Amino acid sequence: MEYLYYPGCSLETAGKPYDASLRAVFAALGVRLIELEDWNCCGATMYMSVDETTSLAVSARNLALAARDAKRELVAPCSACYTVLLKTNRFLRESPELREKVDHILSEAGLRYDLSVAVRHPLDVLVNDVGLEAVAQAARRSLEGVVVAPYYGCQIVRPERGFDHREFPGAMDRLFERLGARSAYFPPKTRCCGGMLMTTFPEVCLQLVKELLECAAENQAHCLATTCPMCQMNLEAYQPRVNARFRTAFQIPVVYFTQLLGLALGCSEQELGLHRNLIPLRVPLGAARA
Amino acid sequence: MHTEARIPGLLPASERELRHTFLEQARLVPGAERITRCLQCGTCTGSCPVSYAMDIPPRMVIALFRAGEIGRILRSRTIWICASCYMCTTRCPQGIKITDLLYALKRTALEAKLYPHRFPVYVLSESFVSLVNRYGRNHEMLLLVRYYLRRDPLALLRLLPLGWKLFRAGRVSLLPRRIRGVAAIRQILGASRALELPRPKEEVAYDKTMVGYAAVEKART
Repeated sequence: MEYLYYPGCSLETAGKPYDASLRAVFAALGVRLIELEDWNCCGATMYMSVDETTSLAVSARNLALAARDAKRELVAPCSACYTVLLKTNRFLRESPELREKVDHILSEAGLRYDLSVAVRHPLDVLVNDVGLEAVAQAARRSLEGVVVAPYYGCQIVRPERGFDHREFPGAMDRLFERLGARSAYFPPKTRCCGGMLMTTFPEVCLQLVKELLECAAENQAHCLATTCPMCQMNLEAYQPRVNARFRTAFQIPVVYFTQLLGLALGCSEQELGLHRNLIPLRVPLGAARA
Repeated sequence: MHTEARIPGLLPASERELRHTFLEQARLVPGAERITRCLQCGTCTGSCPVSYAMDIPPRMVIALFRAGEIGRILRSRTIWICASCYMCTTRCPQGIKITDLLYALKRTALEAKLYPHRFPVYVLSESFVSLVNRYGRNHEMLLLVRYYLRRDPLALLRLLPLGWKLFRAGRVSLLPRRIRGVAAIRQILGASRALELPRPKEEVAYDKTMVGYAAVEKART
């Protein structure tokens, strides 16, 4: 299996562990990721709030580059990139006027996009293309004894009708349970972490993050598993701020779901970028399987 | 807030202009016309994780739009507090694209310059857009430095310990890298601007259909 890979800007800096662990996990499963050459920023939510047409055209440049490749399947791990690229496809499909404008803009830059690229999330690829059975076959270690709070965040399941339920998705729960872990009772699995509000309205965002951490702690999760660099940043790096603000004492590791998965697949902590996490992950890992 | 007494259905000139700008923005949102189906059930407000911090909750935004008070919506905190989690859009029984409409409202407010001086969301978005235009990609550190220098340099100092921790973990890159296709990005920007310009300053005459649900339908036809 081969896919085009769109890391996104966050995975080059703060989200490096996500990039590293994703590549390690896919390699361990024998799936090739080929990085889209010279990709640009998807525009995220911020470009869209300034100028819709330009934002869509900037995002569509990536899809146009991807469309030159025969694979036509683009894996985007960051939730913001994933949702923006999907949204670009949908807006261009649903609005002839936008389609015409964006086509024109792209042609000025010598590009063409025919809506043929499918945007995929790595969780979707792992669960639905590779399959839980194949993942379990490749596992070297059991995750038995690990209690994980699967946190999907908002944008990989919404607003598009994607690969899972939009309020109570289960793909990550099933993945970790198949590997022996237990999913903690964690109803706010798709509740928003606040995203960029941590910068613009920190008071509002700290409250959201506190509620998520509280629920994970109350249900005795060893760690939170996330699918998004923004969620990971808010939940992990801002834990001390939450503790100071609400007089709590949270010290919950927040890992990328690919990091935990990588441990089961026998990847090293170094490969998975676990040494780059601010709160070290300490989980009772089952014995290695021969 | 009380508004001055006026002839029912007649909008003041400022409101008319804002409405025009908003409808222009909403025209490019697929499904925007569904705003006409709102039942005022309040599912959006109840589902919103940040409605507690809004001065005008989402349901009221639609009610005010219908009442011809778009100026009030644009002056509220609401449109800037939305974190784009799309819960309202997902749950709306009428399929209203609330989040996307809030984006259209943000763009309307930016276009009409209806935001306070050094307003956080505006400063952040503007810094983000200029980085992307310049390098082709976002650069987290430059974005935050630029944002805090313009907003609140002291907050930048408070962020230093966290920045240092991330730096030691190898999660900060110091210098942005320009993508090779930055010329293509420039061409995209140029072509996009050329589509928007020249912008005739239209004098919008009053028309009864400007108020109420008919407005969006009309703008789309």
